[in-house]
Amino acid sequence: MTEAVQASGSLRNRLAITLIGGAAILAVLLFFLVRSYAAQIAQQGQDRILGASATSILDAASIRDGVIEVDIPYAAFSMLGTASDDRVFYAIYQDDRLLSGYPGLSLPDADLDGNGPFRTVEFEGADVRRVTASRTLIGADVRTVVSVSVAQTKDALAGTLNRISRNAALFGVGFFALAALLSFWATSTTIGQLMRLTNSVTRRGPQDLSPFAKPVPSEMVPLVSSLNNLMGRLDQSLSQSEDFIAEAAHRVRTPLATVRSHAEATLQRVGKEENRQALRSMVRAIDESSRAAGQLLDHAMITFRADHLERQDIDLVELVRDLVVRLTPVAEMKDIALILSGDKTAPFSGDPILLQNAFRNAIDNALKYAPSESSIEISVSTSPETSVKICDQGAGFPPDEIDNLATRFARGPNSDGIIGSGLGLTIVRDVAAAHGGTMTLRNTPGGGACVILSF
Amino acid sequence: MRYLVVLIFGILPGLCLAQDWEDQRAFGDPGAETTLRIISSTDTSFFEPILASFVAENPGVAIEYLVTGTAALDGLFRADPEKFDLVISSAMDLQLKLANDGFALRIGGVAHPDWAEWRQSLFAFTTEPAAIVINRAAFNGLEIPRTRQDLIHALRDEPERFHGKLGTYDVRQSGLGYLFATQDARASETYWRLMEVMGGLETRLYCCSGEMIDDLASGEIVVAYNVLGSYAAARKDTEDTLEIVLPSEFPTTMMRTALVSNEAPNADAAIAFMRHLIGVQTRRGVDHPLPPLDVAKDSAGRSTIALEPALMTYLDTLKRRRFLQEWESAIIQQR
Repeated sequence: MTEAVQASGSLRNRLAITLIGGAAILAVLLFFLVRSYAAQIAQQGQDRILGASATSILDAASIRDGVIEVDIPYAAFSMLGTASDDRVFYAIYQDDRLLSGYPGLSLPDADLDGNGPFRTVEFEGADVRRVTASRTLIGADVRTVVSVSVAQTKDALAGTLNRISRNAALFGVGFFALAALLSFWATSTTIGQLMRLTNSVTRRGPQDLSPFAKPVPSEMVPLVSSLNNLMGRLDQSLSQSEDFIAEAAHRVRTPLATVRSHAEATLQRVGKEENRQALRSMVRAIDESSRAAGQLLDHAMITFRADHLERQDIDLVELVRDLVVRLTPVAEMKDIALILSGDKTAPFSGDPILLQNAFRNAIDNALKYAPSESSIEISVSTSPETSVKICDQGAGFPPDEIDNLATRFARGPNSDGIIGSGLGLTIVRDVAAAHGGTMTLRNTPGGGACVILSF
Repeated sequence: MRYLVVLIFGILPGLCLAQDWEDQRAFGDPGAETTLRIISSTDTSFFEPILASFVAENPGVAIEYLVTGTAALDGLFRADPEKFDLVISSAMDLQLKLANDGFALRIGGVAHPDWAEWRQSLFAFTTEPAAIVINRAAFNGLEIPRTRQDLIHALRDEPERFHGKLGTYDVRQSGLGYLFATQDARASETYWRLMEVMGGLETRLYCCSGEMIDDLASGEIVVAYNVLGSYAAARKDTEDTLEIVLPSEFPTTMMRTALVSNEAPNADAAIAFMRHLIGVQTRRGVDHPLPPLDVAKDSAGRSTIALEPALMTYLDTLKRRRFLQEWESAIIQQR
């Protein structure tokens, strides 16, 4: 009846993946940004110290008697001490001539090409950061350029960078974890609204087609309002068709009664056996139609009353006994005994008209299928639950179709020749459902069918 | 059993002929698989117990212990770093420059205070202050000077008593002497005044602590400035005659350092010896002539020369030339 809806992906997953993926990209971006920024800062720190060292050496350069003297301050190298004990190299040039220090650390003309004084170069098998600075010295009759290069290995810097990378990575992971948690939370609250709507749709009774009144998030308003709209139209068309059926049945029943009485009267007057036979068939057909119309009316009435159930405190036993008394003449015509058993009283809160209708239909059904000279047992019990059981000694329900018999207009394969509309059990089931109970169909082992209403 | 095998190589031909060592001795089994070559500025007598205990614990290793002056040692090692396994010297500046120039092997996992190692390749293992050593007899009737200032006063008051009877390192020859002189000069101007005064009294210049102490003991000189107190204290025969004064205004304290050559032929054995050496020197209560590393003092109270790149400052050609000029003009004024 309900077709499986095709699912194309999941909103929750889509939302979560988008959010978490975004968070992951942001976290990675954050990691690289923080690291490169920190690396820049750390490198600037080293550069500043190298620059100060070179400047202090350059400041100590002087010309004495035409000869360059450089009285390197102790602090020039002392300030280069690091936790990793980085190696230190330096070179002092006068013009292009190496005065002292490490040869090959720098070539003076290669250093002043406007690329800034700081450079990372390879020296003595290690990556070193090198600064070069120069100064013009003017003596009595000489003018000369002294340039100083100071270089330092980058072990401490690498250590700092490792530490920063580790912290940045931790930071990124933390950010990601937090963002992932938040996106799970955001996803489930968003989807939760949908789930709530779904639940309230699922929880509704089969007849409840009233509009949704609970407030929903603005994005869901169009969905809910079109759902309400749809249900309104459905409700309208349902009630229209029920009305139509009731009206039609009613209109058909009265003329049918007239036709029947005419047919009966004619039957009294007709002498010819074949004519009488024809008239009897006619009366029979009219009975069948009138019965169907009656059941259609009952059904329409039940649909209406079930929607607006009016509960009264009644005694089920009394109700059933009345019914048995009224139906006994009909049963006796078929030589069937109606036996009422069970508890003495069974107080119940329900709609007596609906219940009476349901029991009548059930007993009617039993009377139709029960063979002559048998009995129909009707028992009312209050424990373990309030239930009414109607059992006949007929052929029983066909086992293959026992589940489908309660659908509207369904009739069992053994119903040929028996007057019926196929609405009887549907009415019984609907009444049980309207009272919050169920109808069970069962075959008794010794033969015979049972209809059990339990509330 | 403390000395398993002690052989004196002194006059054996071969390697030793190529080089004039101050001392050259072999420890351990001469037929051992590996022979550690240790080049050192420390007298064999100070190192003997450590060497002997090492070969006793490592029977497969023999040691050839070569002694020379700090400056010569630096030159020899730089020329042939692949011929030596370990370098031990009291000239911290030269040693640090060796490590800085990439001659030293990095040794991981040595538990050593941060201030006593550099780059995990240069390890300090003694704490030895520079001292003024005085022959008590010469100060008969005078108060023994406790500071450099006191010494200057004493020398000025009675120049004739001390004329020609003073001694100090010739910083042009001795790496350790140069280290002490530069650190003194860095610390205070008093150093230059003292040098001026000593120069005026025709101070004798020595290449090594040993000779200076010999001359002190014999009375040839009466005051030696910036000599290693540990060397003087080790001489049992001079206990009564010599007074070792650690100048109280500012002490200059040196740490002897060792490094394993980057091109050491027997690096594993050399590293094992380094661990042995550090272990012996940082353990307390070991009785042998080499002063231990004073690991108790925290960095604030320490007066030792710091193991840092700044030690290379005075090794700079220009700086050294300038320093030596000043030093010569102070101490060799009359000559």
